[in-house]
Amino acid sequence: MCLGVPGKVLSVDGDGLSARVDFFGVVKELRLDIVDQPVQPGDYVLNHVGFAIRRIPPEEVQETLALFDTILKEAAQGDLMAADVRAEMAAGRDVPGGRGRG
Amino acid sequence: MADLFQELKFRDPGRARALSQAIHREVKAVGRVPIPLMHVCGSHEQAIARFGLRAVLPRELEVIMGPGCPVCITDTPEVDEAVALAADGKVVCTYGDMLRLPGASRSLADVQAEGGRVEVVYSVAQAVEIAARNPEAEVVFFASGFETTAVATAAVVLSGLPPNLSILSAHKYVPAAMEVVAELKETNIQGFIAAGHAATITGWGIFEPFVRKTGTPVVVAGFEPLDVLAAILKCVELVRAGKAEVANCYPRCVTREGNRPAQEKLWKVFRVADGVWRGIASVPRGNLELRDSFASHNARHRFRIDIARVGGQEKNLLAEKCLCGLIMSGLKTPRDCELFGKECRPESPVGACMVSSEGACKIWHLYGGLPDLREVGT
Repeated sequence: MCLGVPGKVLSVDGDGLSARVDFFGVVKELRLDIVDQPVQPGDYVLNHVGFAIRRIPPEEVQETLALFDTILKEAAQGDLMAADVRAEMAAGRDVPGGRGRG
Repeated sequence: MADLFQELKFRDPGRARALSQAIHREVKAVGRVPIPLMHVCGSHEQAIARFGLRAVLPRELEVIMGPGCPVCITDTPEVDEAVALAADGKVVCTYGDMLRLPGASRSLADVQAEGGRVEVVYSVAQAVEIAARNPEAEVVFFASGFETTAVATAAVVLSGLPPNLSILSAHKYVPAAMEVVAELKETNIQGFIAAGHAATITGWGIFEPFVRKTGTPVVVAGFEPLDVLAAILKCVELVRAGKAEVANCYPRCVTREGNRPAQEKLWKVFRVADGVWRGIASVPRGNLELRDSFASHNARHRFRIDIARVGGQEKNLLAEKCLCGLIMSGLKTPRDCELFGKECRPESPVGACMVSSEGACKIWHLYGGLPDLREVGT
């Protein structure tokens, strides 16, 4: 439950309170109430229970994504970490057409 | 013989091998064994077990999971409060793993099966939506999780709750439990591995008073297998050098001061209070309670919750054999429990550690074999 999941910001809504974020092809709306820094499209953020809790520094994005790539791609049925990552994705608010390119 | 570092699918097997060799060297240099280190995060145990990290560590180095599963340490009376509210006709929303967590006699899943309204949510924001859609109902969010998760609850409280939504807080504060476990003589923990994402919020500076008080080093770690190995190496180095300090091995996500806006919201809404953690017993300053200014949305103020009504009458013989408490204190491992994998399994859990995806027993059960490949002779 503390693993979180990183995603790429696609857009930030007008009042800056939420953002559309792409998590490995699944697009969700996240709240920005508690993110540590302002975010803009193209930034990566770490999502925990539907909230961005950290803007990931650009130079460190690839290293952060690698773990989640491994977990999601190689996960066997019932894999605990993959299930926790998917639960973190499900925590975001649904948006129309949110399955995205995944 | 197959190359263990290739078998374990490290992203960079060469770097993994180098880290493992350095850990072996450092452990030897410490000169006294065993060296018990403790981590306090279910996600760390998942990574360690899933990627078989214990297989590349020296036998003398024990990496023990402590009280790192927020669902598991939610105490029985807290579950009973949620069960009583659901049995009383309130709509209880909670995170998935809380559903089957045993109360004195029933879990929320039992109340649900009896017709009670219990809704699983992935975010507190979804509880707000449920309350807004059901204005005629009293909706209660049974909030679990450490400070990382409590900040989300705090944000929602501060942005204004629907009048029919209240919070039943079972949020817990990890640094408080670390102090309790650090003082257990039986475990003799030499160093702590702290959870990266909790520290993303609180900052690594929060561990400085702990280190000064206990003389035990703390290393903040990420969740990638190489991150975990690097943190273990750093921790053994500090043990070897006799240095009680905090090291940050997860600078990608953690700074000294942490996420200030999130901390402000957290402490505006919550205060620490003495609590009881399942299995650990009393944890001074270990609970996060809603401040009085939010009393109208505090389920404990808003309703008279009678947990005696849902208490257990008959003795549960299986539960008496359960070692969850000792496992969460780091005194035993799941393998020491006679119920593990037999009477107690993920589909029919006896203890809390087999219920949650962050519980040591469920993790060891599902990643069976991997937690300690040293025992099967790789």
